[in-house]
Amino acid sequence: MNYRSSFFIITCLAFGFAFLYVPILSMVVFSFNASKLVTVWDSANSPTLKWYYSLLHNEEILDAAWISLKVAVINASGSVILGTLAGFGLARFTQFRGRFTLNAMTTAPLVMPEVITGLSMLLLFVALEQTIGWPAGRGITTMTIGHMTFSMAYVTVVVQSRLATFDSALEEAAMDLGARPLKVFFVITLPIIFPAILSGWLLAFTLSWDDLVISSFTSGPGSSTLPMVVFSKVRLGVSPEINVLATITISVVTLMIVGVSLWMARAARLEKTPA
Amino acid sequence: MKPAPRLQRLGITGRGLVVALPYLWLLLFFVAPFVIVLKISFSDVDLAIPPYKPLIEWIGKNSLAIKVNLNNYAFLFTDSLYWKSLLNSIKVAFISTLLCLAVGYPMAYGIARARAATRNVLLLLVILPFWTSLLLRVYAWIGLLKANGVINNILMWLGVIHEPLTLLYTPLAMYVGIVYSYLPFMILPLYANLEKMDWQLLEAAEDLGCRPWQAFYKITLPLSRNGMLAGSMLVFIPAVGEFVIPALLGGPNALMIGRVLWDEFFSNRAWPVASAVAILLLVILVPFMMWYQSVQARESAGAR
Repeated sequence: MNYRSSFFIITCLAFGFAFLYVPILSMVVFSFNASKLVTVWDSANSPTLKWYYSLLHNEEILDAAWISLKVAVINASGSVILGTLAGFGLARFTQFRGRFTLNAMTTAPLVMPEVITGLSMLLLFVALEQTIGWPAGRGITTMTIGHMTFSMAYVTVVVQSRLATFDSALEEAAMDLGARPLKVFFVITLPIIFPAILSGWLLAFTLSWDDLVISSFTSGPGSSTLPMVVFSKVRLGVSPEINVLATITISVVTLMIVGVSLWMARAARLEKTPA
Repeated sequence: MKPAPRLQRLGITGRGLVVALPYLWLLLFFVAPFVIVLKISFSDVDLAIPPYKPLIEWIGKNSLAIKVNLNNYAFLFTDSLYWKSLLNSIKVAFISTLLCLAVGYPMAYGIARARAATRNVLLLLVILPFWTSLLLRVYAWIGLLKANGVINNILMWLGVIHEPLTLLYTPLAMYVGIVYSYLPFMILPLYANLEKMDWQLLEAAEDLGCRPWQAFYKITLPLSRNGMLAGSMLVFIPAVGEFVIPALLGGPNALMIGRVLWDEFFSNRAWPVASAVAILLLVILVPFMMWYQSVQARESAGAR
């Protein structure tokens, strides 16, 4: 450790993390504020859970959350299958026709501005409906396809980088002993990359759950997702209920991330200790 | 373990089947749409066949403004709104990228040089906001920046100011929002790069009489070039087309091309113009995407 530079670095880290966390914590604090003005603390009646109560009885938000949940679960499961196949192919098959294209097609969605992806998806669905009659109108199906297309790119990266860190000797050994490729995949590869697949699933779920832009382009009437409802509310100004929603989201994400990383750290320890 | 010979003669192999599904999916839902966008941006006459509503509305306007529809691109360059917002978007994205680099580099460096246990906790702290909804995190800044928001309240309470400052709906608010939202995208690739660094090189340089800043400038900085490039691309490219942050924090005067595209599409229902904007944006961004991909390829080749 370079001690001479560490004071500067520690200051930067402290300010950086304060920058990242003050806004998040402010939402948590103000979710307990009684005042409707949100950022003016009403010390007489706070802390209170009244906005939690009103959020959980807000039909519009609950309906949107239900739609978001459905889309996110289907999206995550579909993206994991597509992303694992792509990640496996890119990591293990060093030479095949179309490798470059596949690589490009899985990298581009990561950086593509969402307005472009959203617009192009919608125009595709419209053109498809015009020519082959499917998908009939827009809604949960079109939204899920839209989400899967960019989520699978993230899953691909996660799976591919996991496969890159463990060498293929185990797989080759199993093949030498006569196991068929499909069996090798299910018995050897899949258990090893399982943590990556799990985090890919969670990542795809979150990406879909949070997405506003692609959903707005590809959704139809009556299929507003949670971010779409939140966006229209937020455009009108701050609302205490959104702070509550943020607090719940942050709590769930924190529990999930900490839980998964503890579980992975344990798995990594077990992997290292000889049986 | 021999694949069925007849299938192989047809060019169908197990390997092919594995990649075929994601390949075809992306071809259909990611690449093909751009062809359609391109077609609509030229506003093909074929679109006059009207089996659904939005196009009918557009065709209604078509008879009035046929020249505009045929010359969407010319329109983009003659109406100053488009090129001004395009230039502004590039400027905003570029400055935000530099700011992210300035804030993110020391953080990534600090994380990479921390002890293993601390490092994992710090990394987790960087990743956590990334998993929390972007929309909600941008929303948090409205509460902090508005006239009776947290920052103004604290400053007035401290007696630094007597009138609330106008912070929300300013360019400053937009920069803060973009840097805040994209910071993890800068830190993570930088960290991944710095983590692989051989710190003994620095010790050697210092033993040979280099000052710490010199050693940093001559060794660490050049070696982390790929990390800086990858992080910068991950911030710059999406930031150029950013919609949510300018819409919520930038106020009505924030000219950003992503917002223009959104408004053309949703408010004006001018699909061909929106498509032309998308194509123009793509033409500008694709070289950066290719650059990013080649940086990534170099990084993973270096790792092996």
